[in-house]
Amino acid sequence: MYEHNGEKYFIVDSHMHYWNAAPDNWVPGAEQYAKGWIECFHAYQGLGPPETHWTIEHFQKYSEDDLMKDVFEDGHVDVAIFQPTDLKEWYTEGFNTTARNAEMGKKHPGKFIYNTNFDPRNGDAGLEELKRNVETYGSKGVKLYTAEWNNGSRGYKLSDPGAYRYLEAAQNLGIKNIHVHKGPTIWPLDKDAFDVADIDHCATDFPELNFIIEHVGLPRIEDFCFMATQEPNVYAGLSVVIGGLMHARRNFFNKVMGELLFWVGEDKMTFGSDYGIWEPKWQVEGFVDWEMPDREEYSDYPRLNTAGKKKILGLNAARLYDIEVPKEFQLPAEAGTPAAQDDAQLVAGA
Amino acid sequence: MTPTATAVTGFRDRAEAVLKALETVRDPELDEPITSLGFVASCAVSAAGDAQVRLRLPTYFCAPNFAYLMVADAYDAVSALPGVRNVEVVLDDHFASDAINGGVAAQAGFVRSFDGEAVSELHGLRADFLRKAVMAGTDQVARPLLSAGTDPAALLAMNLGELPPSRALDRLRQRRAELGLPAGDDAPLLVDPVTGARVAADSVPLHLRKAKVTRVSIEANSGICRGMLAHRYQGTKGQGQTPPPE
Repeated sequence: MYEHNGEKYFIVDSHMHYWNAAPDNWVPGAEQYAKGWIECFHAYQGLGPPETHWTIEHFQKYSEDDLMKDVFEDGHVDVAIFQPTDLKEWYTEGFNTTARNAEMGKKHPGKFIYNTNFDPRNGDAGLEELKRNVETYGSKGVKLYTAEWNNGSRGYKLSDPGAYRYLEAAQNLGIKNIHVHKGPTIWPLDKDAFDVADIDHCATDFPELNFIIEHVGLPRIEDFCFMATQEPNVYAGLSVVIGGLMHARRNFFNKVMGELLFWVGEDKMTFGSDYGIWEPKWQVEGFVDWEMPDREEYSDYPRLNTAGKKKILGLNAARLYDIEVPKEFQLPAEAGTPAAQDDAQLVAGA
Repeated sequence: MTPTATAVTGFRDRAEAVLKALETVRDPELDEPITSLGFVASCAVSAAGDAQVRLRLPTYFCAPNFAYLMVADAYDAVSALPGVRNVEVVLDDHFASDAINGGVAAQAGFVRSFDGEAVSELHGLRADFLRKAVMAGTDQVARPLLSAGTDPAALLAMNLGELPPSRALDRLRQRRAELGLPAGDDAPLLVDPVTGARVAADSVPLHLRKAKVTRVSIEANSGICRGMLAHRYQGTKGQGQTPPPE
């Protein structure tokens, strides 16, 4: 929890990782991809404050103690949600798998939620694995990386029939939340892999599921915003927005937040640090301190008050994941219901 | 896309001409020249007229289709220069470097360069992003007018010829012309980026909002890309790189 100016914030880090990307985990013959991936992540860290930068060696493989200190002791986080990414074509044991996350997390009861993942290209065997993972780890959410390379394929669309079969199975297993991360490759390569149109279809066809679009669909914020206004079950995952812009490009952070508040609304935005890319401490503290500047260029953006910050930093995700929030952190009734699916009326009157 | 075809004679003039040619090549996603973004690591011409250009991108995993377009456009722009005999454009440090560099050198096109992974060339993708550039450009032109108190309904009635001259307006006209959309003095300012028709009166507020978020999106991405490039190459400047416009 974070306390500031007499206000208490319950913090849910809804997007974080525990990875091993050190050379001992690189698949022989695919070293350049394993190296390129982690160096790309490391460059993202470069957008945070200099005093929070790590060496590449530390970044490739941080310890359990590092994570517990950075996220919980120093980082103000109450509950953290692991979002796995397998990348087994490049990392022998996987990059950050559900199993690795749970192995570490079980030593710290109550601190973690284990999301799992699936890849519709894995057919029946993948469905079995999904079932096993949900039973073993009690997952209520999945993280999908649509650009994952798999056996010669460079990604998939969520509107593919195979993906629908998995979404149906996930829903039947009790999964509620689908976190989607778009990446640079998808078949066919002549299409825009970052396009979010496939999620538009899924969100309509699976109204009982929540779709949390990580990194707010970056680099396609505009497409994401148009889509989110039309789909009540689409949420904005703020990882990268806060980590990548709040320090490095303040003006653009103000504007991107303004657009999201306008198109999506404070009830449907969730904080995620993307740890180990960025430590949560500076992000939580900076976000609580942040205010939309009182300047003409920001004049037609909604404002975010303390209640809205409490929703974004924890209460919205707590509602999506049924996390019990102690009374002292809850909002009075007039502040609205966190994660409510009815926030897009702003746009209709635009 | 064709650079000024002045006769280049001296060795130094020729290197400058190559850089000038590269200034006409844009990142289709960010709608900015690859030079100002810092993507041109080096460019050189031998006395005999052999040009070599090395490009670099913010990450190892930047989208391969846009990367291909930049390498191919750079090749075409430099090849069009008088006095240049051979052109080699090399994209460094990218997962698809081999496919892209080899494909462009062989003039193979995108589909053949990524055999089995693509079904068509990239014209459609380029047009999609030009339409985004038109929307962002509309905000760049409209924003100062709105700030000065122009009513959105009055904006709808305006044609390009009535607007005060600006670089943003020139740029908007150019992007619209590239798409085959009306760009002359009698063309409306607010048009549908697909059909070119004047926007309907009741759609104006939403159209302006879309224009604005598209601009914010492109500019924020550009900020992230610049930051990551600087981190990746430890701040080493590219040829013709300029500070961000912010």
